[in-house]
Amino acid sequence: MIRDITIGQYYPADSILHRLDPRVKLSGTLIYIVCLFLVKNLWGYLIAALCLGAIIRLSKVPFGFIVRGLKTIIILLLFTVAFNLFLTSGTPIFEWKFIRITKEGVSLAFSMAVRLILLILGSSLMTFTTTPNQLTDGMESLLGPLKKLHVPVHEIAMMMSIALRFIPILLEETDKIMKAQQARGADFETGGIIKRAKAMVPILVPLFISAFRRAGDLAMAMEARCYRGGEGRTKMKPLKYHKPDGIAWVAIVCFIALTVVSRRF
Amino acid sequence: MKMIEAKKLIFEYIRRDEEGNVESIDKALDEISLDIEKGDFVAILGHNGSGKSTLAKQINAILMPTEGTLYVNGMDTKEEDKLWDIRQSAGMVFQNPDNQIIATVVEEDVGFGPENLGVPTEEIWKRVEKSLRAVGMYEYRDHSPNKLSGGQKQRVAIAGIMAMKPQCIVLDEPTAMLDPDGRKEVIRTIRELNKEEKVTVLLITHYMEEVIHADKVIVMDDGKVVMQGTPREIFSRVEELKRYRMDVPQITELAYELKQKGMPLPDGILTIEEFTEAMKRLEQ
Amino acid sequence: MAIILDKLDYVYSPGTAYEKHALKNINLVINDGEFIGIIGHTGSGKSTLIQHMNGLVKATGGTVYYNGADIYDEDYKLKDLRTKVGLVFQYPEHQLFETTVLKDVQFGPKNLGLPPLEVDLRAYDALKQVGIGDDLIDASPFELSGGQKRRVAIAGVLAMKPEVLILDEPTAGLDPKGRDEILDQIAKIHKEQKITVILVSHSMEDVAKYVDRIIVMNHGEAVYDGAPKEVFAHYKELEQIGLAAPQVTYAMHALRDAGIPVTTDATTVEEARDAILAWYREEKK
Repeated sequence: MIRDITIGQYYPADSILHRLDPRVKLSGTLIYIVCLFLVKNLWGYLIAALCLGAIIRLSKVPFGFIVRGLKTIIILLLFTVAFNLFLTSGTPIFEWKFIRITKEGVSLAFSMAVRLILLILGSSLMTFTTTPNQLTDGMESLLGPLKKLHVPVHEIAMMMSIALRFIPILLEETDKIMKAQQARGADFETGGIIKRAKAMVPILVPLFISAFRRAGDLAMAMEARCYRGGEGRTKMKPLKYHKPDGIAWVAIVCFIALTVVSRRF
Repeated sequence: MKMIEAKKLIFEYIRRDEEGNVESIDKALDEISLDIEKGDFVAILGHNGSGKSTLAKQINAILMPTEGTLYVNGMDTKEEDKLWDIRQSAGMVFQNPDNQIIATVVEEDVGFGPENLGVPTEEIWKRVEKSLRAVGMYEYRDHSPNKLSGGQKQRVAIAGIMAMKPQCIVLDEPTAMLDPDGRKEVIRTIRELNKEEKVTVLLITHYMEEVIHADKVIVMDDGKVVMQGTPREIFSRVEELKRYRMDVPQITELAYELKQKGMPLPDGILTIEEFTEAMKRLEQ
Repeated sequence: MAIILDKLDYVYSPGTAYEKHALKNINLVINDGEFIGIIGHTGSGKSTLIQHMNGLVKATGGTVYYNGADIYDEDYKLKDLRTKVGLVFQYPEHQLFETTVLKDVQFGPKNLGLPPLEVDLRAYDALKQVGIGDDLIDASPFELSGGQKRRVAIAGVLAMKPEVLILDEPTAGLDPKGRDEILDQIAKIHKEQKITVILVSHSMEDVAKYVDRIIVMNHGEAVYDGAPKEVFAHYKELEQIGLAAPQVTYAMHALRDAGIPVTTDATTVEEARDAILAWYREEKK
């Protein structure tokens, strides 16, 4: 089940998109999401979908792999659609007992579903083409101005990248602890909510202890390697804008313009 | 030149109860005095709780002596403004390979130390390449550490220390969590670094076969240095080692037992070749 | 005939990029009361193999019989099997979670739904078997030393009164003292309780010293199965798959090659010593 979650994963490939500066990808994704909410009509969605399609082609990430990411939000998606479909008031087009579907409802449900799908596809495409480290570097750089407001930007970025490093290790550990407790007769599959919640204690306690032990070890190892915060640190992979990044920015501006224009149709 | 010099080093762990009253005082290090020369390969043996890990942490200035002094590369570890110089000149590798790799890509992890030292970008790349080649992990530079074996992870951790250009590496049971293959590859790497790069090595372990090539062996028990000498000198004293609950290589033990039964064999046999030679002489 | 593995096959994540054939056509019979060592390097399938023996992992082909019953039958109670085949994982101290040593050991028997008195009896008994004294029973498991923690974790499995005890590298990360204590304790339990013990280990020296039968795993296959002497006679083949015989086995072969006519099947220091002494006394005559 855990393997189905593709959101947030990195898909290694050699494409223009993979080589783009993470700051461009981060800002681009943010702009894309904002634009999705500015869209007013079918034309706008068509433009957004086509653009995303083109970028997916450029990314060399298989389409099927990206779509698999939608599996995890399918319930959310159905819920949103149902909510909008049945609970929007307006001109009824279908009525049966207490169920009432309105014209406005259909259009709202449609646009919400399309928005959600494009949003998920767009943002997962960013994580597919950007390594976690680049992502945190990009965030650190984009949030840089906040340092003046005493926001610990470097520390937040460091925490994020360490968390990304340890997620797979802790998942594996959870699996191991579960098996070990099962071997001692623990039962995670039957019983009511309270019984099941109680059954989690023998997993969660060792997991927390292990996470704290690892954190202590890691802190010591980092100190031993002369880590003392962001001050005076140099970068092995400093972020630099290249020509393709400029082109990407032009493309992003074009996309904003198209979206704004589409609102007039 | 001395790399490490300890003078009557004492370290106490003080345990306090909830109100802050002293509950107990454990002497983890009890008047340790020792010298380690530059370029040496020194092994420290002792079972858990003998104080060997505490000693390692003192050398890296993670812990400070309660009494006595410790000089690392001529610097007193108590001098706070020398802290980063000390940590740079005596790098440390820990037991659990998973808990000391910070980055999600091998090369970025090796670059972590130099980044902290403020080394210019170009120089970082040079150092990363050189260190990864030195430990034989260059072709894995863009891999995720999670996909590597234990021995490979430990070699990455060693490269991470090498990239800081230390004069000495302290390894705190680097092989305890590895399988025999992983252990061999890590020990081979350490020996090569000692020979080729002339780094002083301080290897803490409880596997005997890892220390037979050391220049000097130190045995610790209960916070004290109880034995010191070349591997041959140490392994000639099988009885004593057993008293400290230490292992002896099987071949050393075999030769020792045969000698006990009256066969005229020399003391301190460390390898199968030496054993066979001695037996052949006996036959003639 | 406690456990029979019949044409066991296990493919990990079939149909995905992670697909791996972890076990290939394993046929083994584990008899009652045996002391077995399973050796093989990391990734050889030995951990996967033992997880099949108590039903934690379900084979993709073949089947497992426990005391004659097919454990994959629909009405077979896997939970019962897990109590009869006790499995101690690697670094078992990482599974401790209770506030006291005693409570932690009681966890298993409690899960079996036993009456409180029986739960207590079993917990005390198990702790005694692993050599944890009464003074530590109410201590927090997290205050103990590494070796003690591990013994408490083993007691947690012993308290289920298993008929078969499987231990995955019970000595990993311990010092020689802790290692000897644990292995001696396991050997004692095997002898006194007459239960089957399966020991997964990297250390040929340990395996040779304690077990009666060795199974060698390589790339998901059981390549050798026999008494230590028989298996270590293949020391050259073992090396090719990244394993080795105990050092004394090599020493005996080296002596033989040097023209000293000793027997070469010794796998422990004692056996080697006796073999060499036998030759030496003969020589002196």
